[in-house]
Amino acid sequence: MLEFAVKGSKRYFGWMIFLLGLIGVGFLVYLRQLDVGLGITGMNRDVSWGFYIANFTFLVGVAAGGVMVVLPYYLHDYKAYGKVTILGEFLAIASVVMCITFILVDLGQPMRVLNVLLYPTPHSVLFWDTIVLNGYLLLNLIIGWNVLEAERNGVHYQSWLKPLIYLSIPWAISIHTVTAYLYCGLPGRGFWLTAILAPRFLSSAFASGPALLILLCLIIRRVSHFDPGWKQIQSLAVTVAYAICVNVFFFLCEVFVAFYSQIPEHMDHIKYLFVGLHGHGAYVPWMWTAMALMALGIILLVNPVTRKNEGTLIVGCLAVFFGCWIDKGLGMISGGFVPNPLHEVNEYIPTLLEGLITIGVYGLGFFVLTVLYKIAIGVKEEVRA
Amino acid sequence: MDIRRRRILQLLGLSAAALTVKPVYDALAADPGAARPKLGPGREQLRAKQWVMVIDTRRFASEADVEPLIEACHRIHNVPRFELKRWEIKWIWATEYKHAFSGTSSDRFLAAAVEKRPFLVLCNQCENPPCVRACPTQATFKREDGIVMMDFHRCIGCRFCMAACPFGARSFNYTDPRPYLKHTNKLFPTRMKGVVEKCSFCAERLAEGKRPACVEAAGGKIAFGDLYDPSSEAHQWIRKNYTLRRKVNLGTEPAVYYIV
Repeated sequence: MLEFAVKGSKRYFGWMIFLLGLIGVGFLVYLRQLDVGLGITGMNRDVSWGFYIANFTFLVGVAAGGVMVVLPYYLHDYKAYGKVTILGEFLAIASVVMCITFILVDLGQPMRVLNVLLYPTPHSVLFWDTIVLNGYLLLNLIIGWNVLEAERNGVHYQSWLKPLIYLSIPWAISIHTVTAYLYCGLPGRGFWLTAILAPRFLSSAFASGPALLILLCLIIRRVSHFDPGWKQIQSLAVTVAYAICVNVFFFLCEVFVAFYSQIPEHMDHIKYLFVGLHGHGAYVPWMWTAMALMALGIILLVNPVTRKNEGTLIVGCLAVFFGCWIDKGLGMISGGFVPNPLHEVNEYIPTLLEGLITIGVYGLGFFVLTVLYKIAIGVKEEVRA
Repeated sequence: MDIRRRRILQLLGLSAAALTVKPVYDALAADPGAARPKLGPGREQLRAKQWVMVIDTRRFASEADVEPLIEACHRIHNVPRFELKRWEIKWIWATEYKHAFSGTSSDRFLAAAVEKRPFLVLCNQCENPPCVRACPTQATFKREDGIVMMDFHRCIGCRFCMAACPFGARSFNYTDPRPYLKHTNKLFPTRMKGVVEKCSFCAERLAEGKRPACVEAAGGKIAFGDLYDPSSEAHQWIRKNYTLRRKVNLGTEPAVYYIV
């Protein structure tokens, strides 16, 4: 089926060359990082995880979000999603590829990464994260590819795939749960030390993942002869609407617990993010933007009139996606590290160079996504013809 | 034809996979007893069940009292000095009471002397260390004598341990530290970029029967010994004085005690 990816219009190749350019720039800057060390980033002794881990965390959510089409189709036999499950699975693959790349570029000694397998350490959450992420990648590759090939050949997919498909559903939940456990099991980090972190991660995942999927479906409608379907897009929009409401609700629960209990370790991180602490507040405008975007997303997607209008639907999905990105990416990681364990404020501001590497990784992800979607659309168009 | 090509490719793939099985098997399932050199403590090695440090903060009045200790530690351990704060590496440093005991003790008013006093902070060599739990490669591990050690050569630089440490005791080599060393102690390894480091209670000195460098430089203002040995000086200081430890509420059981 790969032949679909090497045939295409000028516009397709132009887009791919553009992405290769982003990857190239990112790779060159990464060589610089390999040479100098992670010192080219804005990370420091106090904020020891930055942009890379933030984007990793966010994208694990996008990957897990794919399950929102897989689950209704395979568990509840919601036939309409038959057309888009492959898009959800391929989005998951591209996202996990980005996640793994972000982890690799964040390592101080990337050539030693196999130590994680050479010295398996079950008491480390990172060990489990390696397993669930790679497992999810493998599951989606096997399932997505075989189901698509069966569709192309006009036959039912192989029966041995069924257990794997069922397995992939809880597995999607697991990747984001384990990612939350990276943070919420650490003593002395009041911002993360909350049982609701995993549910909160999942709710924002089920908002941002499907929101991106809707935007991708709308693009596919424009640029190809394959129509993922307005009904499917609308069902996804309902999922996004509920998930973003739940996400904001969980956040407000956090705010209540921190500020009603008045425990400083829990309050200070939220204060730092939203009003600034001891005169430092680089993230204040960002966090309020995130809140405004999520509120806008709720208004536009819960309201049936605006949800059913393509223009406002697009705005709503963009608002949810970027709102979640700021909230979970930018705020969640930096906010947890500031103030530091000695209650000092040392801020983290990403540098241009780590930004370029980040863009390169996104370029890689979108490259993989475009190849996979090109194949999926090619098969769909061929089957229809 | 197509089917045959596919079959050949499958067989090739399978053979390639099979070739990798043996080394992986050897690495993971090797007989731990076979043909390994036996390493044990030397004759002079100081031993303990859990090493602890007791800092008598009453006898540290100003920066001048703590500076020689910090200098002694950082010099023998090849800790570099960076102009750029972002890259800072420190194993032991002095801070105010309110920072050292943030979270557990935030008294509005303190005895004036205590408020100004420099408090030495370092890795607490916790009895129940969260960093060891977090490390995905066991590059940081707990020894039998309670010391939380770092294997600089196994560390992949994921910095999970830094996030896990509730005392901010760990530093990361954001760049190659060697050009930033004024002088190098050849008896202790320098580090490379991309690994985490921290205080190890001078495990390398204990192996030679010497006490930690900061304890030696303190000239009796810091006691060092086995927590569980009633005859050790550290144990006796803890019994005789009211001591504090940092963030005991987190259950990590720090092994650095402060007499205030």
